[in-house]
Amino acid sequence: MKEIVIISGKGGTGKTSIIAAFASLAKNKVLCDADVDAADLHLIMHPEIKERHDFESGHTAIINQDKCTECGLCRDLCRWDAISDDFVVDSIECEGCGVCYYFCPEQAIDFPLNTCGEWYLSETRFGPMAHARLDIAEDNSGKLVVLIRQEGKKLAQEKHMDLLLTDGPPGIGCPVIASLGGATVVLIVAEPTVSGRHDMERVAELAAFFKIPAMVCINKFDLNPDEGEAIEAFAKQRNIKVMGRVPFDPAFTRAMVQGKTIVEFDGSSEGCEAVKNIWKNLAQRLEI
Amino acid sequence: MIVLLISISILINDKEKVMIISIASGKGGTGKTTVATNLAVSLGSDVQLLDCDVEEPNAHLFIRPTIEEVKTINTPVPEVDMEKCNLCGKCGEICQFKAIVVIGETVLPFHELCHSCGGCIEVCPEKAITETGRELGIIEKGHRNGLEFIHGRLRVGEAMSPPLIKKVREYTRSDILTIIDAPPGTSCPVIASMKGADFVLLVTEPTPFGLHDLKLAVGAVKILGIPCGLVINRSDIGDDQVTQYANEHDVPIMMEIPFDRRIAEAYSRGEMIVEVMPEWKEKFVQLYHHIEKIAG
Repeated sequence: MKEIVIISGKGGTGKTSIIAAFASLAKNKVLCDADVDAADLHLIMHPEIKERHDFESGHTAIINQDKCTECGLCRDLCRWDAISDDFVVDSIECEGCGVCYYFCPEQAIDFPLNTCGEWYLSETRFGPMAHARLDIAEDNSGKLVVLIRQEGKKLAQEKHMDLLLTDGPPGIGCPVIASLGGATVVLIVAEPTVSGRHDMERVAELAAFFKIPAMVCINKFDLNPDEGEAIEAFAKQRNIKVMGRVPFDPAFTRAMVQGKTIVEFDGSSEGCEAVKNIWKNLAQRLEI
Repeated sequence: MIVLLISISILINDKEKVMIISIASGKGGTGKTTVATNLAVSLGSDVQLLDCDVEEPNAHLFIRPTIEEVKTINTPVPEVDMEKCNLCGKCGEICQFKAIVVIGETVLPFHELCHSCGGCIEVCPEKAITETGRELGIIEKGHRNGLEFIHGRLRVGEAMSPPLIKKVREYTRSDILTIIDAPPGTSCPVIASMKGADFVLLVTEPTPFGLHDLKLAVGAVKILGIPCGLVINRSDIGDDQVTQYANEHDVPIMMEIPFDRRIAEAYSRGEMIVEVMPEWKEKFVQLYHHIEKIAG
């Protein structure tokens, strides 16, 4: 089975619009939304949820005020300053390390498992989809990313499909690292701006760090062709295959507003032609 | 008389500027950095800008600060003295992150998984564990005219950004206005960039993705109990759902920036709106006064 993970470094470069278009074009695939922190792919896929599961991960300390003698040991040991003067744990600051729970001489601290989101297996008009929702202000996004990709793979195996199309998160931190491991290839969607190039270079470095082959395509290329060419030059230097250029095309936004992929919305638009071409290049190179 | 008025207004300004404004969004690429940098530069001196998007910091590309100080930031991780270790396994037992494991005759710390809680050190009966450092990244400090600039840059390959964000926030000064450029999303790095702020300015675009992620961001701000307002960027693309949502949920719309190819192209070159269209400076100053009214 092959997995294409779409990342970008910088947010808002068009990852989700482009993967939605791929969903229209690819055959025999499972879709996976690994941007669990701000998942948007479902707004175009309109998945019909078949299975719903709680996502449990990490613990939070809770002090039982009846048993607490206010000895202060927990406050001394907590490196997150998560315990207030009156011995209440701030659940946002609590890292879930369990040090207070372990050392409390009165056993006055509970340390329950957190439910911090939900994950789903769904059907869409383009095939099966694995996706998730992380609760607001939660950590553990990396673990949910790993889980949702595993579930996507299982789903593909069950349905005898040989491709996983994964929408990754922005940035280069925990959830992005979690979305890279074991991927066949990452496709970086870059935008031709000074910041887009800066961020693309960092995320390309990250892919190289974890030895995942990378490819790049540039969205809104005509916004600044000089920057676009600079990104392509950087890519060539680093052995990152350039898959194509997508012009600035308002049809992407109009398609999104209607909850459609650009292929469904306007198959003859410039943007759609460009994405089709990129998909053709990708499919050829990955032999899918 | 005029001189007196000016000095009074400066005095008032100095007093009022002691505030922390965090600029966040939910969805990435909506214009957080555009708003943060233009606001900071429009207000001139007595302002500091903290770029807390340590994974992909961009504000420096627009501010182009002169950097005066570079500091490497480490987080403590365990090191085991096998001469002292008796392989009791208590360190592995207390660690919630599987960052230290006893395997056969040795103890293996996995530094990249360690959250630096210090539990293993505390629990070791043989005092065999000490701390060494794992590099999180760097913090750079500089200035552009009177504007103080600080940002963090996460080391490529490092997973944990919140500890570095907290280190950047330690640079917050209590005597001048602090503007924070937050990362996208609504999970822990964003919370670390908003907590303790006096006001959160949310930047969105009027599209279904923008609206969906805005709702999450408003949820995060509500959990923290911070007043917030909205900037709608590229306000004439998409639909009117964001405006409707803002009105229904009493989130004040404080600025609208229309889609303008001149702005987009200037952005692509690393230029700020106020540099190419100086008339916007006054709008950003007004935006600040509006925030002051709500947060003050």
